[in-house]
Amino acid sequence: MSSQSLSKSRDSFLIKVVVYVVCIILAIISIMPFWIMLVNATRNSEQISSHPISLIPSSHLIDNKNVFEKKPSFQPVTGFINSFIVSTGATVCALYFSSLTAYALSAYEWKLRDGFFKFIMGVMMIPAQCTMIGFFKMIYSLHLTNNLMILIIPAVASPAVVFFMRQYLQSSLSMEIVQSARIDGAGEFRTFNSIVLPIMKPALATQAIFIYVGTWNELFRPLVILTEGSKKTMPIMVSLLNGDIYRVEYGAIYLGLAITILPLIVVYIILSKYIVSGVSLGAVK
Amino acid sequence: MNKKKSVNYAKFGYIFSIPFVVAYLIFQLYPVLYTVVIGFTDLEGLTTPVSSMHILSNPFQNFIDILKGSGAGSFRLCLFNTVVMWVCNFIPQIALALLLTAWFTDDRSKIKGQGLFKVLFYLPNIITAASVAILFQAFLSYPIGPLNSIRSSILSTFSSNFDGKGYNFLNNKAFTRGVVSFIQFWMWYGNTMVLLIAGVIGIDPAIFEAAQIDGASRTQTFFKITIPCIRTILLYVLVTSMIGGLNMFDIPHLLNRGGPDGATTTTAVYIYKQAFQNPRYQYNKAAAASIIMFVIIMILTLCLFYILRDKDEEELKKLRKKERKALKHQA
Repeated sequence: MSSQSLSKSRDSFLIKVVVYVVCIILAIISIMPFWIMLVNATRNSEQISSHPISLIPSSHLIDNKNVFEKKPSFQPVTGFINSFIVSTGATVCALYFSSLTAYALSAYEWKLRDGFFKFIMGVMMIPAQCTMIGFFKMIYSLHLTNNLMILIIPAVASPAVVFFMRQYLQSSLSMEIVQSARIDGAGEFRTFNSIVLPIMKPALATQAIFIYVGTWNELFRPLVILTEGSKKTMPIMVSLLNGDIYRVEYGAIYLGLAITILPLIVVYIILSKYIVSGVSLGAVK
Repeated sequence: MNKKKSVNYAKFGYIFSIPFVVAYLIFQLYPVLYTVVIGFTDLEGLTTPVSSMHILSNPFQNFIDILKGSGAGSFRLCLFNTVVMWVCNFIPQIALALLLTAWFTDDRSKIKGQGLFKVLFYLPNIITAASVAILFQAFLSYPIGPLNSIRSSILSTFSSNFDGKGYNFLNNKAFTRGVVSFIQFWMWYGNTMVLLIAGVIGIDPAIFEAAQIDGASRTQTFFKITIPCIRTILLYVLVTSMIGGLNMFDIPHLLNRGGPDGATTTTAVYIYKQAFQNPRYQYNKAAAASIIMFVIIMILTLCLFYILRDKDEEELKKLRKKERKALKHQA
């Protein structure tokens, strides 16, 4: 009996060792590419050519930065501002109007409600890639290419966000609160703005992060619609780094990548708790 | 009582849905229908006005051309590439995610630092895919680059007649496909793991206790209890990953522009190339390809719809049945 339990505890110790080793290796695989990138951003092309991998930073950060002044097709500041405008605008549109639609779906009883909800669920997964040709041709004939608004306004109809918000309202909105607001004489629209929206704060925060990051990282739609250099968003700016101009500027390429990736890592570190716990909210419910 | 009052308010249900519906009609439904129409026409060329497009004498000619073509750069090959790269990323992804889920949710051996590990495994998912693609391209660069330096240091230790030349990894079809799959795997296994863990946490702990009392081993518990209980989430992960995989664009497009020799050209890259990089700007072919993908994705969405259907009602029905049975038994 005792020898059995001993072998059992030895087994579980062995399993634990394996678990930690695997997890640490995976953690290194997660971080390593970004670390190599950051270090290489501070090294010049000769150093990178002779030893492409190094863990110790060097002192050529400024030289690499100057490359972008001499060859200015990659403009991180412009990209950052454009991405900021598009992501902020799209996030606000998606959050506000999706909440409004979700409220319509869960607080009122109307004839087409169930059909409408089923429709939203049905079109939730249709990706931009499938509708792009028609979308582009429409935008092109309206002369709206290179207009950032065209990436913001369509966010008003975000079926996946409506779906998530409705799930949240179903579980956390009590009609009594709405009724008492009505008795106090608040209009329906005002009730939504001043009572329902604050109730949805936790869901809004989670969704805000995912919509923001999703819009920030999007490549396909901006790549098709934005062709002017001054309108390009961050992911398109990044795609310019593999152009011929920067062919031998290894350090500058790594610096360019670092400029686009570092802000995301910083934001992620600050918000990681909410992000990791928010991932499963939509799916598990 | 509640019902009577809200009937009066029904019109607000319609009013509050107006912005969504209007935006949907303009920016999503109209483009879909427009894409479908273009798929049946002769619309080519960047500056060709839409008014001059005509339905082809055989409306399905674009579809026939697309589906008939074979070899590098054909739609069939692109569909094949997409499926191969998705499968090669999904199988290891789900396997690793399940393994990690089993480890992290095991009560008997509490793994410390789980929070940190989760955060680190999820990290690549948050990074711009475009940046990740260029970063890996830099790692694979030829003739000098990080992976090449690892390769030459290994070869020079083990082989005496190593010529010291670099290797162009991105010229190797299988290798480049493998890299695309690896990047997708690397970016998504953390996400899948977090979803699965949430699913396992949702299982009634009493079931696990019962299994432990009955003397079930960890492996038995995992395969006989955990996996059946998270079946819905597994299916959800499968379908969403398939839809995402069918639209794979950023990584294959930027890693090696769909190359070498079209080996990593996915269907989304194909659509982009036909419409915006082909000197003839073949919008009609691109639209036809979009419609084919659209149909495939709609079928998958219906599967998802079926998975996510309202289970509470069904369970309630089952419960009532059981109750009735139990009552009969007592009687």
